[in-house]
Amino acid sequence: MYLSSAVRRGIAVLTAAVLLFLYAPIAYLGLLAFNRQRSIIFGGFTLKWWGVAWRDHEVRHALWGSVQTATMATLLALVLGTLASLAVHRYRFFGRTTVSFAVILPIALPGIVTGIALNAAFRQILGVKLGFFTLVVAHATFCLVVVFNNVVARLRRLPGNLEEASADLGGDAFQTFRLVTLPLLRSALFAGGLLAFALSFDEIVVTTFTAGSGFTTLPQFILGNYSRPQRLPVVNVVAITVVLLSIVPAWLAQRISGDVSSAR
Amino acid sequence: MLKPLARWFHRRPLAGLVGLLGAPMAWLVVVYLGSLAALLVSSLYSLDSFTFNVVKHVGLQNYRELWQRPVYARVAMRTLGVAAAVTLVDLVLALPIAFYMAKVATPRVRRALGVALILPLWASYLAKAYAWRTFLDPAGGLLRKTLGWSPGFGLSGVVIVLAYLWLPYAILPIYAGLERLPDSLLEASADLGGRAGVTLRAVVFPILLPAVVAATIFTFSLSLGDYITVGIVGGKTQMIGNVISANFGVNNVPLAAAFAVVPMIIMVIYLVGIRRTGALENL
Repeated sequence: MYLSSAVRRGIAVLTAAVLLFLYAPIAYLGLLAFNRQRSIIFGGFTLKWWGVAWRDHEVRHALWGSVQTATMATLLALVLGTLASLAVHRYRFFGRTTVSFAVILPIALPGIVTGIALNAAFRQILGVKLGFFTLVVAHATFCLVVVFNNVVARLRRLPGNLEEASADLGGDAFQTFRLVTLPLLRSALFAGGLLAFALSFDEIVVTTFTAGSGFTTLPQFILGNYSRPQRLPVVNVVAITVVLLSIVPAWLAQRISGDVSSAR
Repeated sequence: MLKPLARWFHRRPLAGLVGLLGAPMAWLVVVYLGSLAALLVSSLYSLDSFTFNVVKHVGLQNYRELWQRPVYARVAMRTLGVAAAVTLVDLVLALPIAFYMAKVATPRVRRALGVALILPLWASYLAKAYAWRTFLDPAGGLLRKTLGWSPGFGLSGVVIVLAYLWLPYAILPIYAGLERLPDSLLEASADLGGRAGVTLRAVVFPILLPAVVAATIFTFSLSLGDYITVGIVGGKTQMIGNVISANFGVNNVPLAAAFAVVPMIIMVIYLVGIRRTGALENL
């Protein structure tokens, strides 16, 4: 399609404007992490909040809680999501479209519906006490979908004859999976797992309804502390640290998968 | 060691299917669909007005309450309006940037933009919402100070911030859809005399539609259930999520569950309606 250079330049300017829109709040958070005053108005530079945040037990506790939850949920999601995607991709069975439909529900329904529903199931039907276990189950449910989407998209693009070649050469189903399919899926699994981890790490709505009071994640810490002025700088430091730390995995995912489409 | 097992599965494709699908389906059906069923059941319970305990007395009283008091209908309509507005804003912002990435940018710039769009998803949702609070604050917020004007806290603030938060979710599927669109089709259209506008309408639009619809699922659904951002930048604004959360907070789980059925039904109708477009394969 022929686009005049004016149109091209116009689109480039729009793109730059959208990027500015996306990054302005994050940049402002970064600035506030060095704010000498405990307020939302910048009033002089200081590094002291980084030390305060580093020594804060509540921060460490919440961070560790989020890491544990996201890791467990991602691992469960990787296994379950891969199995489901192999089944949907490989077999033509009755109810296949229903399965593909059911799989996407946990991310297509609003978080508050998922949260209230799981809460009702845990507390009123099963009588389970809310805590780490219920939180992981809840997070794994929507993480599963992300992994499923990534792996199914990859499987659709893979040529089926590689697996057939493996079978012709005498490889059984498990050998073919281990030596052929899994290596081909590796980058999709990495990208899917990474996104699942990120979603779980930042999740607050479902967490509110399924974590109970005994277990704290980072978003819960942020929600509980932002409205307290004396804690504001520490929360800003934590928030911006998470962004900075995520540059490496986001860049890696980009590198490995080669295109953005498989990063989600 | 696994050979005999593999041979056994090879002769029984059904067993293979069950083996693959068993665990994830058990999870989704038991955990997720089971929970949605639990939600429906608990929406039929009631609250003892004396003890404030949930009584397992099945009836439609919560739905009757939602139907009879006009405030709930107003909240539901407002929420739908916000979700539609957010979706529209996000599409308008996402289409040019996705087009630039997929069809104009050099591979290097494309990769950099890919990372640049993923990163904001890692930045805490709450921190971003609070950053917007400092921007929008009508008394001395950043917008008021630099531009001399701010929409303040309220409905327009909610739409702006939600559109901001979900924008990457809208850009990524549309970009993926555009990337799958072969350049040769665009060239063929140009060779046949199609101007840019004609090519967009007759070639790009039909192929891109599933991806665009997929993007709207995220922006619409995420807006439909939000209550935290509404609480941070919405002033006195109440959306479905706020009413659910408030009732949950005072232990009126049955009424909260009944109101949660509303966004659930809206989304299921939406999903069933768009199934034909192939959007669900583009999520």
